[in-house]
Amino acid sequence: MIVFEDVAKRYAGGYTALAGVSFEIRHGELVVLSGHSGAGKSTLFKLIPVIERPTAGRVLINGQDVSHLPRTAIPYLRRNLGLVLQESRLLFDRNVYDNVMLPLVITGHPAADAAKRVAAALERVGLDGRGKEMPAGLSGGEQQRVAIARAIVNRPSILIADEPTAHLDPAYAADIAALFRSFNQAGVTVLVSTHDASLFAASRPRRLVLAKGQLVEDSRPGGRPAQEEVAA
Amino acid sequence: MINWFYLHLRAIRHALHRLVSQPVGTLLSALVVGIALSLPGGGYLLLDNLGSLARGVSGTPEISLFLDMNAGAAEVAAIEQRLKGESELASYRFVPRDEGLRQLEAAGLGDVLGGLKANPLPDAFVLAPRREDPALFERMAERMRSWPKVAHVQLDSAWVERLHALLGLGRSAVLMLAGLLGFALVVVTFNTIRLQILTQRQEIAVSRLLGATDPFIRRPFYWFGGLQGALGGLVALGTMALGIEALAAPVARLAETYGAVFALSGPEPEASLAIVAFAAFLGWLGAAISVRRHLAGT
Repeated sequence: MIVFEDVAKRYAGGYTALAGVSFEIRHGELVVLSGHSGAGKSTLFKLIPVIERPTAGRVLINGQDVSHLPRTAIPYLRRNLGLVLQESRLLFDRNVYDNVMLPLVITGHPAADAAKRVAAALERVGLDGRGKEMPAGLSGGEQQRVAIARAIVNRPSILIADEPTAHLDPAYAADIAALFRSFNQAGVTVLVSTHDASLFAASRPRRLVLAKGQLVEDSRPGGRPAQEEVAA
Repeated sequence: MINWFYLHLRAIRHALHRLVSQPVGTLLSALVVGIALSLPGGGYLLLDNLGSLARGVSGTPEISLFLDMNAGAAEVAAIEQRLKGESELASYRFVPRDEGLRQLEAAGLGDVLGGLKANPLPDAFVLAPRREDPALFERMAERMRSWPKVAHVQLDSAWVERLHALLGLGRSAVLMLAGLLGFALVVVTFNTIRLQILTQRQEIAVSRLLGATDPFIRRPFYWFGGLQGALGGLVALGTMALGIEALAAPVARLAETYGAVFALSGPEPEASLAIVAFAAFLGWLGAAISVRRHLAGT
């Protein structure tokens, strides 16, 4: 569960990226976050794995207030989150297999089980049998798939993705969106930001819209506010 | 605990991979560290060998105890009794005045002694202390001077004092050199690790996003510094061995001219281990300082 309580983020230069943002994402929800460039989407995403900290308000992940989480506890929070960023952020001197294996190496996962998990994650994103290839030889969409495999290999309960389809052709973007929908159908809470919310429309996701750092819409397709629907 | 070992094994593998994947850089760094360490190491070895050589050439230092001319057998026996109670004494030998005279005659002083009416020499004891410690020699002599019927105590320790002073000076110089070059080693490792952190900035950032802790990120750098230092220590041992090999024959010839048989010896296994361990520690220290300084901003 992800809860934002009246969250604000002001950067050192005085720029306010988020102002009084509140919402609650329940377990198993698929939420699409949209908004224009500079609306505060990336800042919102950075607050969840504590890449940034809010200047006001609280961010709770699975009931834990992460706003003031000690520095030494942050890695353990991140291990329970699947994180996909705008750029794939792959290590280009390592092959696909080693890139996907990295989170398991970090947690000191037993080697035999880790190998099975990597194989399963690669299969899940449609890259089975391509573990030995180097990232530079893959297309942009395939690189993003590797990044997604890396994000899910630790079997997180929450998957957050900041514009994972931003630099992809429409066909690749649709494939990636389908992957996120399938993870959500498997019970994973998915929060994904995109400029093109139609990619996820088939799943009738909840939609959050940010504008100038404020939450201006929280609804499902059809116009009904999400909180009303829950209450109904 | 198993996980802790696994993570260290992984860090060692990572560090070894880095060392092997840059053979030229690794070799150059090991040479720099090795040569820097071989200078104080070689100096220490030289002093050690000089000490052995000096002991071999000069024999064991002694204390001579000359008795009063009128000391009788009972008084000699009493002094001998006191000597038996001296715990710092390795051995002693009684030289009666007649034997002393014979020794002088045998040394070529017969003509001089022949002109004397009576034997001018007193009875004497020649003592060999357990340790070659000038301070110990002085303490023993001071005590024995107050014994009854002891006329004169002669120390044969002047050369020991000089040798100890020289070796002490040498050791201080070697220590200073070791300190300076050890500092240089720390600086070399500091810079190597700084460059490694720069080249691995992307990997570090990604690892942090995926939940890597600070120790996980730091460990491979610590091991890299330690292994590079140890490698340098091995190079230093090799350099010292080559130096000994090159100097062995000239030194043996020099010793022969003094009628002595002498061979240069290399460091003991414990000393060799200590040099490698010290080098590894300095490498680790350089890495630790560099990591603390440069990882803070990643």
